[in-house]
Amino acid sequence: MPSLGTSFGRGGATDFQQDLQNSDCIVIMGSNMAENHPVGFQWVMEARERGAKVIHVDPRFTRTSAMATKWVGIRAGSDIAFLGGIVNYILQNDLHFEEYVKHYTNAPVIIEDTYVDTEELDGLFAGWDPEEGKYDSSQWRYEGMETHGAAGQREEGFSPKGEQSGHGGHGGGLHHGEPPSEDPDLRHPRCVFQILKRHYQRYTPELVADTCGCSVEDFLYVAEALAQNSGRERTSAFCYAVGWTQHTVGVQYIRTAAIVQQLLGNIGRPGGGIVALRGHASIQGSTDIPTLFNILPGYLPMPHAEYYGGFDNFMAANTSPTGWWGHFKAYWVSLMKAYFGEHATEDNSWLFPRLPRIDEDNSAYWTLGQMLEGKVKGYVVAGENPVVGNANGKAHRLGLSKLDWLVVRDVVEIETASFWYDSPEIESGELKTGEIGTEVFFLPAATHTEKDGSFTNTQRLLQWHWQATEPKLDCRSELWFYFHLGRMIKQRLQDSEEERDALVKALRWEYPTHSQIQEPSAEAVLAEISGWEIGSGTFLDGYPKLRDDGSTACGCWIYSGVYKDGINQAARKRPHWEQTYVAPEWAWAWPDNRRILYNRASADPDGNPWSERKKFVWWNGEKWTGLDTPDFEETKPPDYVPPDGAEAEDAIAGDHPFVMQADGRSWLYVPQGLEDGPLPTHYEPHESPFGNTLYSQRANPRRQQNQLAEDPSNPVDGEPGAELYPYVVTTYRLTEHHTAGGMTRSVPYLAELQPAMFCEVSPELAAEAGLEHGGWATIYSARSAIEARVLVTDRIPPITVHGRTTHQVGLPYHWGSRLLSSGDSANDLMHMTLDPNVHIQEVKAATCGIRPGRRPRGKALPEFVAGIREQAHARRETAPKAEPADVRETTA
Amino acid sequence: MALAKLLASWPVVRQLQQGDPLGLGPAVQSRRSRSLVPRVDEAEHVVQSICPYCAVGCGQLVYVKDGEITHVEGDPASPISRGRLCPKGQATKSYAQSPLREYKVKYRRPYGNAWEELELDAAMEMIADRIVETRAATWQAKTEEGKPANRTMAIGNLGGATLDNEENYLIKKLLTALGIVQVENQARI
Repeated sequence: MPSLGTSFGRGGATDFQQDLQNSDCIVIMGSNMAENHPVGFQWVMEARERGAKVIHVDPRFTRTSAMATKWVGIRAGSDIAFLGGIVNYILQNDLHFEEYVKHYTNAPVIIEDTYVDTEELDGLFAGWDPEEGKYDSSQWRYEGMETHGAAGQREEGFSPKGEQSGHGGHGGGLHHGEPPSEDPDLRHPRCVFQILKRHYQRYTPELVADTCGCSVEDFLYVAEALAQNSGRERTSAFCYAVGWTQHTVGVQYIRTAAIVQQLLGNIGRPGGGIVALRGHASIQGSTDIPTLFNILPGYLPMPHAEYYGGFDNFMAANTSPTGWWGHFKAYWVSLMKAYFGEHATEDNSWLFPRLPRIDEDNSAYWTLGQMLEGKVKGYVVAGENPVVGNANGKAHRLGLSKLDWLVVRDVVEIETASFWYDSPEIESGELKTGEIGTEVFFLPAATHTEKDGSFTNTQRLLQWHWQATEPKLDCRSELWFYFHLGRMIKQRLQDSEEERDALVKALRWEYPTHSQIQEPSAEAVLAEISGWEIGSGTFLDGYPKLRDDGSTACGCWIYSGVYKDGINQAARKRPHWEQTYVAPEWAWAWPDNRRILYNRASADPDGNPWSERKKFVWWNGEKWTGLDTPDFEETKPPDYVPPDGAEAEDAIAGDHPFVMQADGRSWLYVPQGLEDGPLPTHYEPHESPFGNTLYSQRANPRRQQNQLAEDPSNPVDGEPGAELYPYVVTTYRLTEHHTAGGMTRSVPYLAELQPAMFCEVSPELAAEAGLEHGGWATIYSARSAIEARVLVTDRIPPITVHGRTTHQVGLPYHWGSRLLSSGDSANDLMHMTLDPNVHIQEVKAATCGIRPGRRPRGKALPEFVAGIREQAHARRETAPKAEPADVRETTA
Repeated sequence: MALAKLLASWPVVRQLQQGDPLGLGPAVQSRRSRSLVPRVDEAEHVVQSICPYCAVGCGQLVYVKDGEITHVEGDPASPISRGRLCPKGQATKSYAQSPLREYKVKYRRPYGNAWEELELDAAMEMIADRIVETRAATWQAKTEEGKPANRTMAIGNLGGATLDNEENYLIKKLLTALGIVQVENQARI
């Protein structure tokens, strides 16, 4: 979550779900919380019972809207315009929380005069390189900041970004935690506050209404509700889910909400914050302890091939002089000791020279591109169903057909395992079973009830689940599979003299096993994650104990302390009725069991609660105390001023609550760490029937596009042929199904409750396209066509944007060709143009066409799709040459 | 007497006699329903667990008898869920006992037309061989510019957001040591 990371310092929800009951106003946007996080939604209902305003902003009227006090319908893909309008409303009316903004955010910081705003460059920021299609973010810096590091570091060339960048932001040139130049009165024309004001000045209520398709009154209602319910006495919260993230500007959606919450002073305070609602049981955990290409546990960066330098350069480039990232080396060395034990020594640079290197993008969609070119030979899929869950399912199935071998591990035979004999491409003849050379292993997996382990939930809480029954026959946990696989590979390579095998031989791979199947002990793995002192074997009680000399081992520094005192803290199950509402003795939250991040901000600069009503953590004259573990050094007084030469956390002043940031402040403006700009800007989705009213730059210029023949795009606004794909399409989830369906379409009750793929359309669209309620519709894009039952409903009304009315089509995305409830996959329609920061697909706003009736079968299906695509292409060829919407010279 | 007995066998009389007009108490029990006990009472043990679906993290109580799950319900002790579960969470028993659940390894040979049986041990050996061979054949010690690479770009691994932290930890640890960098999951943001 680089958006939350760059803004606040850590990539996690800033608040916990139960605390929503203390909110005075909750805005749910990019989420259908009542249906997709129903049990968490009880805390929103508690707040409403206490008189809070609950506002749902969404293209669809859902059960969340029904339970809210207000629903505002907007066009899918227009959220930055809406939120930017709120920023503008706050700034134009002086409604920001002044003391909070001045002391706790980077509003006073003066930015280098190389920075030029999108307002001046017609939709581009300074530093745009049209050849490379990238920004040079050095033009966005704080004034007076030194060029990045010393000569050696420049050779290293490492520019921290994405997940890791937010964790400190690497404040090169920041002295003692203070930015080099600032204007405490917020008047300097180049201070962040004034830049922000100018950047959003055109986001007026009228522009918001025109872009989002809502009324001026509805927009003002939301802006006023937020402003009125923030300040010393009141707090407001935002809840979001993948309705915000799955866009080509997804990270910037969340960044805009982060700006609103900073201006209103709602971070680090009870009932405030930004609650990221994650969709999988441990999706937060699988980012913290990543199965992601670009990071190692605790958001430590994987070394880049391109920027290779020695260990010292790598350390220098990643160690922040100030803030908690000042201890980067301690986190790194402790991880290497956990991975390689006595083989990692200071003399061999903790094995740094042997670690694998990554490229700029080796994410899942990039891998798919390589697969389609035949460059990927083997693929292991464990607990994911990409041919249904990922954008452009057809491209994924074609990719799998080019592998030498594929391993699929799941509880049922999902579509990813059966692509070679049961898939739309087999049906259409585009793939023939006998011609597919992929060797496929399907290994049955164990369920959570058949293994011990911890999930990290949406509020950073590690909760242990105990094994209830033994897995049957060949069913095994992933812990078993990877442990024994590693053991067998190590055995095969134990006598190898090859250089490439040295790291495998050095790998610490001893875990106690139990039961007849030799299941490894999950608690032993958790203990390694938490860490110990190597000499004494003492378990660590937290990351402040980590050392950079090889005397501590720790598998994930932010999780350090979860096995404190040799006790599984994640397995603590003290009932809530025996504790405060914060429930600090139920499970364990990272970091250091804190439930509200940056909670020092719940007190004023002097350390007193902002108000009695919003009291949470405060300074009692001797130390920080309150309802939660203070997110601050316990005895650092509020008037602490860092002495000259102070480093790491010692360089953070007593009134700066954002301890992971180099300057101890939250970042309204992100000078470094994001690919597509220091401030969020409204761009249209990659595929949109509308142009951008703000700039001639239509879509995010930095969005990650591909050249794959398997992934053509629909023509967009202004291009001939766009009228063949005239509607906005968005995907979503249902209460009764989970993601790509492997865990729910296999369950009889759930398959019965939601038995078939359907599409939601308005009565107006039904009339226009000739659709009948309960009948069939064919929905198509340049990628594919699918069929769905028609649900005609007022819940997804037409919208009027720039004076033009159009329709939105809603598609649940759970279905695939197999299991108890089967149907066409919504994601087959979707393209693979990505957000540049996190490489996520834009499935929440694209374009489509819709017709009555079932889709063509067999080879008629690809012919149908190609027919419309070629028709669009022909119109483009014969149309008078217009300037393409995106490709243009820049004055930057 | 016989009439009194006959009358007493009529539940509505018992309902009136026992002050249970809505028929919610013992008044409406039959011989059979009197002998029934809740599944949870017969469980041999109860395990505290966490729901495997979304990331709310609801507490679950898993009841077990004879090595089989007999019931799954919300854990009232959880401060997050306070005993509640959504339709998915409530269906957890059916998920673990799905009629479609696979219990045996299935193998499809290259160009094959059907699944074949394969022993788990043999499958593990074959997968270990495939990784070792593919890795050796595609090893990239250096990049094209001659910089250290230490990796294979021919193997990828996908999945993690539904798995345990401990499992993700072992995956990343093992694959990093093997030089497999294309490790990805559902959590891209």
